[in-house]
Amino acid sequence: MPEGLRRFARNRGGLLGAGVLLVVLALALLAPVLSPVAPLRIVAPPELWPGENPRYPLGTDSVGHDMAALLLWGARATLLVGVSASLAATVLGTAVGALAGYYGGRVDAGLTKLTELFQTIPNLVFILTIVVILGPKLSHTIIAIAVVSWTPLARLARAEFLALRDREFVQACRTMNMPGWRIILFEVLPNALPPIIVLSSLTVASAILFEAALSFLGLGDPDVATWGRLVGEGKELIRSSWYVSALPGVAIMLVVLSLNLVGDGLNDALNPKLRDR
Amino acid sequence: MRRSAVPRIILRRLVAAVPLLLGVIVINFCLIQAAPGSFMDVMTSDSQVTDPAMIDHLRQVYGLDKPAWMQLLHYVWSIVQGDFGYSYRQNQPVLDAILERAPATLLLMVSGLALAAVIGITAGILASLAVGTVWDSVITGIALLCFAAPSFWLGLMLIVLFAVKLEWLPVGGLQTIGGPDGGGGMVLDVARHLVLPALSLGLFYAAFYTRVMRASMLDALRMDFVRTARAKGLGRARIVLAYAARNALLPVVTILGLQMGTVLAGSITIETVFGWPGIGLLLLDSVMSRNYPVVLGILVLSATLVVLANIAVDLLYMRLDPRIVLR
Repeated sequence: MPEGLRRFARNRGGLLGAGVLLVVLALALLAPVLSPVAPLRIVAPPELWPGENPRYPLGTDSVGHDMAALLLWGARATLLVGVSASLAATVLGTAVGALAGYYGGRVDAGLTKLTELFQTIPNLVFILTIVVILGPKLSHTIIAIAVVSWTPLARLARAEFLALRDREFVQACRTMNMPGWRIILFEVLPNALPPIIVLSSLTVASAILFEAALSFLGLGDPDVATWGRLVGEGKELIRSSWYVSALPGVAIMLVVLSLNLVGDGLNDALNPKLRDR
Repeated sequence: MRRSAVPRIILRRLVAAVPLLLGVIVINFCLIQAAPGSFMDVMTSDSQVTDPAMIDHLRQVYGLDKPAWMQLLHYVWSIVQGDFGYSYRQNQPVLDAILERAPATLLLMVSGLALAAVIGITAGILASLAVGTVWDSVITGIALLCFAAPSFWLGLMLIVLFAVKLEWLPVGGLQTIGGPDGGGGMVLDVARHLVLPALSLGLFYAAFYTRVMRASMLDALRMDFVRTARAKGLGRARIVLAYAARNALLPVVTILGLQMGTVLAGSITIETVFGWPGIGLLLLDSVMSRNYPVVLGILVLSATLVVLANIAVDLLYMRLDPRIVLR
């Protein structure tokens, strides 16, 4: 889609967001090179302010972990959770929406009710309940976030499939006796994908916010340093060393903002009909 | 909307909500089954109940010697009766423990949303009137930032600024310990404690409403009836507020209702930050102590609240826009 790419390139916000994301991604991937010491190892006196010691440009936290290392390694965990949870939610949501939209009738009624049911339970309450029952582990965090994130994708996919299922090319496939799963996967899905990709990128942003909230509350994986957890640890220090909370929070805000900007840019680029709205 | 039709519509919507709530209870039941330990362990949160009379009572209430589907029926029945189990940690029935904390959370949610609506609608109108100017960019930029910041982090930063550095407002809690008890003094005291949590909870939604209101105002300002109003020679303020804004409000109202669940969820982290003694703190405490009956009770009750809020919004929607007729 070179045409779409060109349109995206004209969107300043989207480009800026993509740039920031690329930098953060590079830092996350290079964390083992840039900061070979494990982030959860005590390296210096606690509560060293940023700039106080040039060896630790971002200072140290309450027990003497290197803040810069924590942020670098935290980027890995945060991005991993965000992308995996969004991917899982996208696959699940698209599958449910595709079946509902393509087959209609009772399948649709049942799946729509199911979607509505999952939307009724307040998201973070649901996530906390799932995590407390499964136990705090990175994979469980991803599962829990996916469970509360798939519903908007299902609604969107349903609407797209509903709009596409009676178009001529689909009817042609049906007269050729193509099996339903092949029509759904190889004929309808590619046409329904652009808006789904947009929403999926926005879902990464919300997944990162959910992960942050979960870790902030102390229910993240105890062996993984994430940005949300760092904000939570800094909570006890806001009178003396508020930078411990402030820095990871800025990192979260920056990444979420960039994802939102990229999502908006993709929306303009992939759905030209919806522009100027 | 015919006024006499309203009770019937409410009734019909309530009936339609029943399968939804049953579904929530079934999800709950599945979660209990997925938890490690027996149903009994879960419902007594591993408190090692040794009183044989109590064990016998629970066995009967939840039908523990019956097959799983019978247990489900027992579970549904006890919840329909308002029996969510007993919380050994609070030493009171789960329902009482939750309802006791509900007013604080509702106060926080309502103030947060009201703040968000006022800020968002005002900012959205201002941005739409200044579209394309620096003011528009400033408002949109701030909204983007507030939309991306985790609310609990915003709360912490507001505490650093307004409570620790400037010392204008209290750091947390619902009221000053040993402060005025009752009367106007207490209301003022609680209000002072409410400002920062409500703002932290509300800023995200304020940002959202700003964007929605701006877009929907831009649409409304292009409508024919606005041109007619202008042709009639009505004042600018009147056109903007009474004509365009009134119509532009519809999407905001819908979103407000749809977000009831998210707002409730958001208050969990905010209550933790500010030590606000509501359902969120209760939930976190219950999660940490693996007090499952309370966790599951909050899940069912909060879902119920969301369903009721959706019905209320539909009715409000109908009042705001007479063209909408609900079945």
